[in-house]
Amino acid sequence: MSEKHINLTLYVWRQKNAQDEGGFVTYEAKHVSTEMSFLEMLDVVNEGLIRKGEEPIAMDHDCREGICGQCGVVINGRPHGPRERTTTCQLHMRSFEDGDTITIEPFRATAFPVIKDLIVDRGAFDRIIAAGGFISAPTGSAPDGNAIPVKKTCADLAMDAAACIGCGACVAACPNASAMLFVSAKISQLALLPQGQPERYSRVKDMVAQMDDEEFGTCTNHGECEAACPKAVSLENIARMNRDFIWSSLTYRPESGGSGGA
Amino acid sequence: MELKANAPDGPLEKKWEKHKFDMKLVNPANKRKYKVIVVGSGLAGGAAAASMAELGYQVECFCYQDSPRRAHSIAAQGGINGAKNYHNDGDSVLRLFYDTIKGGDFRAREANVYRLAEVSNNIIDQCVAQGVPFAREYGGLLDNRSFGGALVSRTFYARGQTGQQLLLGAYQALERQIGLGTIKMHTRSEMLEVIIIDGVAKGIVVRDMVTGQVQSYMGDAVVLATGGYGNVMYLATYAKGCNASAIWRAYKKGAAFANPCYTQIHPTCIPVTGDHQSKLTLMSESLRNDGRIWVPKKKEDCKKPVDQIPEEDRDYYLERKYPTYGNLAPRDVSSRAAKQVCDEGRGVGETGLGVYLDFEAATKRLGAHKIEEKYGNLFEMYDRITGEDPYKVPMRIYPATHYTMGGLWVDYNLMSTVPGLFVLGEANFSDHGANRLGASALMQGLADGYFVAPYTVGNYLAGLKPGSCPTADHPEAKAAEAEVSGRVSRLLGINGKETPTYFHRELGKILWEYCGMARNDAGLKKALQLLPELRQRFWEDVKVPGSGADLNQSLELAGRVADFLELGELMCRDALERRESCGGHFREEWQSPEGEAVRDDENFCHVAAWEYTGDNSAPNRHTEELKFENVHLATRSYK
Ligand SMILES: Cc1cc2nc3c(=O)[nH]c(=O)nc-3n(C[C@H](O)[C@H](O)[C@H](O)COP(=O)(O)OP(=O)(O)OC[C@H]3O[C@@H](n4cnc5c(N)ncnc54)[C@H](O)[C@@H]3O)c2cc1C
Ligand code: SF4
Ligand code: FES
Repeated sequence: MSEKHINLTLYVWRQKNAQDEGGFVTYEAKHVSTEMSFLEMLDVVNEGLIRKGEEPIAMDHDCREGICGQCGVVINGRPHGPRERTTTCQLHMRSFEDGDTITIEPFRATAFPVIKDLIVDRGAFDRIIAAGGFISAPTGSAPDGNAIPVKKTCADLAMDAAACIGCGACVAACPNASAMLFVSAKISQLALLPQGQPERYSRVKDMVAQMDDEEFGTCTNHGECEAACPKAVSLENIARMNRDFIWSSLTYRPESGGSGGA
Repeated sequence: MELKANAPDGPLEKKWEKHKFDMKLVNPANKRKYKVIVVGSGLAGGAAAASMAELGYQVECFCYQDSPRRAHSIAAQGGINGAKNYHNDGDSVLRLFYDTIKGGDFRAREANVYRLAEVSNNIIDQCVAQGVPFAREYGGLLDNRSFGGALVSRTFYARGQTGQQLLLGAYQALERQIGLGTIKMHTRSEMLEVIIIDGVAKGIVVRDMVTGQVQSYMGDAVVLATGGYGNVMYLATYAKGCNASAIWRAYKKGAAFANPCYTQIHPTCIPVTGDHQSKLTLMSESLRNDGRIWVPKKKEDCKKPVDQIPEEDRDYYLERKYPTYGNLAPRDVSSRAAKQVCDEGRGVGETGLGVYLDFEAATKRLGAHKIEEKYGNLFEMYDRITGEDPYKVPMRIYPATHYTMGGLWVDYNLMSTVPGLFVLGEANFSDHGANRLGASALMQGLADGYFVAPYTVGNYLAGLKPGSCPTADHPEAKAAEAEVSGRVSRLLGINGKETPTYFHRELGKILWEYCGMARNDAGLKKALQLLPELRQRFWEDVKVPGSGADLNQSLELAGRVADFLELGELMCRDALERRESCGGHFREEWQSPEGEAVRDDENFCHVAAWEYTGDNSAPNRHTEELKFENVHLATRSYK
């Protein structure tokens, strides 16, 4: 692709820490190469700030290839920005035009408090997994891999759900800040596999209970989550989870000495 | 310093079994009285922490990301090896062992590599049981693909996201234990010092990356699983936060650093586009199963659109030079071949530093649908980054730093030269010799974490009195904390003019030039002169705004760059002293007339492990002789 250079105005959310009120600050980003990634554009702005002795814009990122789920900001009102199925780190500046203004904010949700600038605390996701998002298979206890055949279509659907990177864009996109897409992705993956059957109904019950404790909102079927999801995790997973949840409420019997987590 | 490998004697295939029997066991009632510190939550650390907590030990686990699920292992694409022989194509533990030894150019320890091959099958079983959605065939059984350096199909995969799925399996096992209260997880925590008491590792010092608080955590054993140091090169396929600080601090506290010059340059990465480049993205090696690599035969064709270069003017140089392995030649060999054709002026793309990876033939043979099913997500990733559609034009690729075979020296028990300090996964040097084969790092990380450390760390703990771990007010802990705080204030106080990234980039340029794909005496000497100068400039002129008592990303980076600057020097020193070519270490002075690497088994069939002696004195080079009792030292040929 041929390289171009563009000039941009950025409105960036700056917030010193969780207690600070925070607000937008304007920066000019000049001569930005369209070959740069969005984060590389911010790197250049940040290097300029450091040279002036100012604190750079704090932002989360790590792999910069769309798989770790650590990055994620709201760009012009959209979590991860304008390009479909693309994380913030994979977004490139060729998606923007010369003279654009770009608003950059953190993911906003009560369950994701801001730590600093664009960085939020998504620890709630880990706590939901700890509550039941696993198959209890202690090391050493496994039978031969091929002793558990898995129908290809089930394996493929499980993989579709398992592609979730835990970024939290679904929560940020939802008007209710619901975490249903994230939670249902893990529930679906494990419910689709034969290995996941023994804990299937305790898992959904425990994960949903933890989700409710974490101050995520309820799902009212807006579908914004699916649209924002960089990994195309489908709303079907929510339907699957709801079915399992209802079944678990109808049939649940507490077991003595269960295998679950917290 | 003595390098005792502690590999058990007896026949190769009985060593691990015998060792497991000989090791001491901890009384189950006492296990909870031992605390194990695990730094890192990648495949190695996550698997080790979960497995040891399942056994009953108290575990504290640390990572620098906001969640253990984000460790760099998540980015591995292609797959994980296992010697299952599900395809009846002649695979076995012995063959996986042999391929790994040969792939490593006969520079790894036989006993360790055999154990790795042996437990590879347990790993696949374990991951399946956890619900890792490996690719399946229509009959419901596990599917495999081929990878570089092997003629059997033994690589298990989950689309192009194998590392992600394996890591999520380990992460879920870890979270289960966190939920049960047996693991205490510390995220956004950076380990910056090891605490050594009477010569034994007893804890670590950690900086809380949100509050800036510097604190000691004590344990009966310390496990480092902090990944590789390839970011020393600045541009690499690693996640941005990957660092060498944990192992570098351990080195400076007495842990020997083995083979630092063994770095892997991966042949299939997306080429650099400009100065702003912050990292390089790998295109999985699995693409080489179906993609053909070529450049134009004539220089003048290099800028032409591909459809104007007729078949007879294309040079499929890997197929030409290595007819047996062709496009599946191992990484070091393929990378050097790419560099060679580009050096000849036959590279493609704007910069001329690129070769084509072409799917036209495979698309004709298999159909576009099959190609999409196999590689769809990789093609999409390529399109996002380059703005080009690989279904229409061939990909352009170029080698980039990808993996570090070197790392802290460990014995058969994965213990470093500091008693009580264990090192797992990419952070150690153990199993890949001078070059790692594809799909073997995931295997090694999980082998170390699930199936080796839980036994060997247990054996070590069995020799300690339960409940004897010192507390965090021990003078050595306080001294280590003071060192960390001192470094933080020093970095903040320099108030120079250049950013930490500037120095990192400069460091990367020097290392890529002089200690990259090809090295020579003069270049390495030049680097050894440039690096101390750069290091001095860093300490005089780096600018780190903000405070230490706060989330401060410039400070984090500056600390890592400071350590990389020192490590870079050790790499060059090691490369200079290793006067032979082997695996990823190619010394131009030691090559055959056809440009292949020439080993010197007489003088260099050993591991080089470096001992720190002080900031202003040269480190000592120690050696561990490698004895090959089961394989015949051969010239590695892929022709
Ligand atoms: C793009 C890419 C693709 C790859 N594909 C494959 C493949 O297909 N097959 C294969 O076998 N291998 C592959 N590899 C190699 C493989 O992924 C790695 O070697 C392996 O995952 C390393 O695992 P690890 O557990 O040792 O370390 P990592 O996964 O890197 O984990 C390191 C952990 O240590 C923590 N940490 C680091 N420093 C500190 C510190 N100072 N303080 C606290 N915590 C710290 C991190 O937070 C993290 O949790 C690939 C590598 C890359 C870069
Ligand atoms: S479901 Fe999608 S948006 Fe939500 S966390 Fe997972 S990957 Fe991110
Ligand atoms: S930085 Fe890893 S997904 Fe964006």
